[in-house]
Amino acid sequence: MTAVSADQRQQLAYVATQAADARLNVEIETEGMTLNIGPQHPATHGTLRLVARLDGEQVVEAEPIMGYMHRGYEKLAEVRTYPQVTTLINRIDWLGSFANEVPFILAAEKLMEVEAPPRAQWIRTVLFELSRIANITLFLGDMAVQLGALTPVFMAFRDREFVLNQIEAATGGRFHPNFDRIGGLKDDLPQGWIDDTKQAMEKMRDFCDEFEELVLGNEIFQARSRGIGIVPAEVGLAYGLSGANIRASGVDWDLRRDGHEALAYDQVDWKVWTHPDGDSFARYWVRLQETREATHIVDQLLDGLPSGPIMAKVPRIIKVPAGEAYAATENPLGEMGYYVVSKGDLVPFRVKIRSASFSNMSITPWLLKGVYVPDIITILASLYFILGDIDR
Amino acid sequence: MTAATVMSGLLAVEVPYWASAIIKVGVVALVVPTAALVLGYVFLLKMMSFMQSRLGPMEAGPYGTLQLLADGLKFIQKEDIIPAKADRTVFALAPLVVLVSTFLIYVVIPTGPDAVVAQLDVGIFYALAVSSLSVVGILMAGWASANKYALMGGLRAAGQLIAYELPLVLAVMGVVIQAGTLDLQKIVTAQAEGEIFGWGGIGNPFILTQFVGFFIFLVAVQAETTQPPFDMPVAESEIVGGYQVEYTGFRFLFFFMGEFGTAFAFAALAAVLFLGGWALPWGDLTHWGFNIAGPVIMLVKVLAVAALIFWFRFTYPRLREDQLQRLAWKFLIPLSLVNIVITGIFKVVL
Repeated sequence: MTAVSADQRQQLAYVATQAADARLNVEIETEGMTLNIGPQHPATHGTLRLVARLDGEQVVEAEPIMGYMHRGYEKLAEVRTYPQVTTLINRIDWLGSFANEVPFILAAEKLMEVEAPPRAQWIRTVLFELSRIANITLFLGDMAVQLGALTPVFMAFRDREFVLNQIEAATGGRFHPNFDRIGGLKDDLPQGWIDDTKQAMEKMRDFCDEFEELVLGNEIFQARSRGIGIVPAEVGLAYGLSGANIRASGVDWDLRRDGHEALAYDQVDWKVWTHPDGDSFARYWVRLQETREATHIVDQLLDGLPSGPIMAKVPRIIKVPAGEAYAATENPLGEMGYYVVSKGDLVPFRVKIRSASFSNMSITPWLLKGVYVPDIITILASLYFILGDIDR
Repeated sequence: MTAATVMSGLLAVEVPYWASAIIKVGVVALVVPTAALVLGYVFLLKMMSFMQSRLGPMEAGPYGTLQLLADGLKFIQKEDIIPAKADRTVFALAPLVVLVSTFLIYVVIPTGPDAVVAQLDVGIFYALAVSSLSVVGILMAGWASANKYALMGGLRAAGQLIAYELPLVLAVMGVVIQAGTLDLQKIVTAQAEGEIFGWGGIGNPFILTQFVGFFIFLVAVQAETTQPPFDMPVAESEIVGGYQVEYTGFRFLFFFMGEFGTAFAFAALAAVLFLGGWALPWGDLTHWGFNIAGPVIMLVKVLAVAALIFWFRFTYPRLREDQLQRLAWKFLIPLSLVNIVITGIFKVVL
């Protein structure tokens, strides 16, 4: 038997350690866990499903699966007359429903070449901003509740009533006003509404101040949201983010100012808020500032409300001439647009709805890579989607 | 805490062992659900509602006082569901383990010179030891539910409770050094008979010297009872209730009672350790009257501490798991060590 040289012994020992290491690695290496978040999960407020592959508490990859609440509004719109469509699309983003009606009506008005009288445009803008406030107020409370603070959401529900009452007083519907008409509005404002609304706006400003201290000033809220879910501007643009989500990444783009629609935004003095950080905190911050800005817009609009008719001359039975038109507005959730194709019938031939949440959600697989499970919730909450707006 | 506690304390010296044992068991068995009910009603239903601009329950009984009884009945009526893939024995045992650990804490909490179920020389040591038993129950629940959310909740709870057991013990250590005893009864007397620079007007409640310890104790209690801002093990918006997710009916009720019972027990411990317990600094501490007045004094102090605990609960958002660990290991534990060193120095110098 030949003696094993020192060199060989060293080599054998090396091989043995390597083998032991490999064995150990096989033993320790664990399989990732696949976690189905939703479709019934409190953080998905609705029926979004998120399939997340986890390594411990860390997300390896996550994929949103949409369509659990698909209601086929695009197809349904093809068998509804134009005035009937507004009833449907009210329910897309159910928290800011009047805002859904406006771009569709604007697209139809483009096709018919009618323009609503100035008073109607101004009231439209006022109601549009009121829907924005009602919508984002709830976000301000909801994101706090997603992060575990129960109290703000109740305050948000409480103070949202001030705005909803005004919407109800003017339109008759709290959530689904169905108030916008081709060529104008259904009714004029009721008596005393302007003063009441101004008071409500005052209360909403108090609400914003309170939340700026209560939520934005909270150390734990900051620790949970700062630096979480950072969206660089170019990535956000590539994924088609819009609204406050992209403005929180420092992109100064707002369809109220930069769009081509005939609303009354150019008549008042207001500011587009942006934040350079692009994280969850920035998204909350931008939305809070926008809510406050919206109350100022409403105040100014009500001060300068022109008199005159609220309905343009439109035929009793609306037949939209053949053609195609696209109108998009800056809705509470982001850019919302309707591409309407008409063949000259009572009903639209095709309606394509561009809803903000659908595009805003598309960034989640990119954004959720490598974050912790609690951060999924922060990011989803801060992106602020409404299920009806994703699935239509 | 109740008249029965006092009775057992008064009778303990006279009646045979077996009778006093039965009374003691009865007292503890009565105190825990009552405590859970009181805290649940006063803080969860009423204080929380007022903070959130709601009324809370108003219909069941005068001012909604019977709401929790109605809820309890509702829980008992519910179907007892055990998931098909669950480990049935462990699943059924887990809530009991949690509840028993809560019951055990009450054994050593003194509410009068004789009104204590068992006066142990190492009372505080025992209380902290049994309180950490609930981790086992929570881990059992998380594992046996055969649910991913439950498992994550159980693991989070384990990590959190272990991390916060340490600051809890270290915070108490300052009190122990100052009182020179582990016996809860003697800690109470030490505070009542203590003096502040020779002035014994209000005794010497340890919160005056151990305010850092009191703060750390409260934070750690918040984590021990898995309440916001440390409620990751049950975080509804993330893991939908964590280890409780598969539990229904009276098993869920057990967890609920365990949570509030533990909150009450820790509030009582804080009252004993930092606020002077059942005693008043004037009067003869061995007087039998304290067996009747003691529980009332205790209750006032306990509710005051519990109000603090629940106030935090309704105010703060939830921390993240890693932030929670960082807070425990990098802030609370060093702080409590410094507190111990300073207490030790003063003890030696003065």
